[in-house]
Amino acid sequence: MSLFDRFKPLIRSHASVKSCGADPFGIRMDRVLSPTEAMIGGRRTILAGTNNYLGLTFDADSIDAAHAALAAFGTGTTGSRIANGSYAGHTDLERGLAEFYGYDHAMVFTTGYQANLGIISTLAGPQDYLIIDADCHASIYDACRLGSATVIRFKHNDARDLDKRLQRLAGTDGNKIIIVEGIYSMLGDQAPLAEIAAVKRKHGAYLVVDEAHSMGVLGATGRGLVEEADVQSDVDFVVGTFSKSLGAIGGFCVSSHPDFDVLRVACRPYMFTASLPPSIVASVLAALKVMRARPELRTKLWTNVDTLYDGLARNGFELGVQKGPVVAVHLPSPEQAIEMWHALLEAGIYVNLALPPATPNNSALLRCSVCAAHSREQLETITETLTEIAFNTGLLETPAKVAFG
Amino acid sequence: MASVRDETFNEISRMLDSYRKSAAPITTETDITRDLNLDSLAVMDLMMELEEKFDISIPLNLVPEIQTVGDLTATIQKIREDA
Ligand SMILES: Cc1ncc(COP(=O)(O)O)c(C=O)c1O
Repeated sequence: MSLFDRFKPLIRSHASVKSCGADPFGIRMDRVLSPTEAMIGGRRTILAGTNNYLGLTFDADSIDAAHAALAAFGTGTTGSRIANGSYAGHTDLERGLAEFYGYDHAMVFTTGYQANLGIISTLAGPQDYLIIDADCHASIYDACRLGSATVIRFKHNDARDLDKRLQRLAGTDGNKIIIVEGIYSMLGDQAPLAEIAAVKRKHGAYLVVDEAHSMGVLGATGRGLVEEADVQSDVDFVVGTFSKSLGAIGGFCVSSHPDFDVLRVACRPYMFTASLPPSIVASVLAALKVMRARPELRTKLWTNVDTLYDGLARNGFELGVQKGPVVAVHLPSPEQAIEMWHALLEAGIYVNLALPPATPNNSALLRCSVCAAHSREQLETITETLTEIAFNTGLLETPAKVAFG
Repeated sequence: MASVRDETFNEISRMLDSYRKSAAPITTETDITRDLNLDSLAVMDLMMELEEKFDISIPLNLVPEIQTVGDLTATIQKIREDA
């Protein structure tokens, strides 16, 4: 068997997806006009396939701060925090994050993926147990593979199943570390965090919450689901990313464990990769300030969520069960999802096509993301266009079915 | 008298029956992804079903080593004995 032979099934399935006329996994934006518009294939396109929940990618303060840091500190750090030193911005950002989250310590990583990879693989030793929600992100699964702990999955968002699995481990040595997400990236649903925290307390386990999609989105001050569910005292580690609501790139972990900082010299995905460039760090710090100073962005986001979610639900679409800035439209088959995705793109709307195995329960989804910067008109255009296409392709039986059930 | 291990095997093969590609019966030699209609994702779902059925947790770390129905039986048997 030659080197690439085992990719043949993947090559075939990717080719069949591309045969719709465009490659959903290879979209190129020639110009980005604003947080909600880009030029794709010569067409002005509404963006509803991002993670730009607060619309901060063109925030003036963040851009200015990035420019200033670029001029003052140069383009890159050329190395890792451990081997090559930290820049002032790195430690300022860590202080800012710890203060914002109300934990004692913070560690910044080069991506959110690496934050999960590093924290999860390093925290859990060979005697320990990682108990993860079955729908966790790939970065959490990869972290489990990188580490040496025993890995157990519990049924998605099922605190009773989690309890059962911890019960089975009663009497075993080794720490039990539970991992869940604030908002799940594909279906947009939230962890039942109060129940999970109760199970955690009952079994004396640790709890890690990945707030990648919930930072800036949930909680009175935008800290995420931990804040919204009021369970901070039960959450030992919060992991997150700067690539979504903060509009840049980078990852972090906050914790109040007294020995947390030892991870800086133990955690390989922190030690053996170059640190974030100063311009990005400055942009993130500025975006964090904007997020805190402008809670109205979150209010606007949720108003927009109502507009899109309620509009699509009213027209008869089957959506993810929980309302939020990730609006997942369920389609009966991958073929139908691909066809609709392409028709939307041709009509000037970009959403994410999500197919098995990247989706829970083998579902075919059009993942639509809502942005605080979307106008009501843009959201109505998305709703109307999607409805028209669904009608034309036979997915919806009437042009605007008023459906509740 | 059937051993506990045979019982485990019988239960597993009953659960796998609907995934058979041919009329050939399921044996301990049956290869889970090659001889059955199960892709890697379906295998993960199957593991959840087996966990439910036998009231156990099958660590994710063990899954890559499970190739045949015999491997699966031995793994589940071992977890049940250790419980
Ligand atoms: C839940 C979750 N965690 C972590 C990540 C990784 O973050 P990043 O893309 O910033 O590396 C993502 C998204 O990609 C995610 O959805």
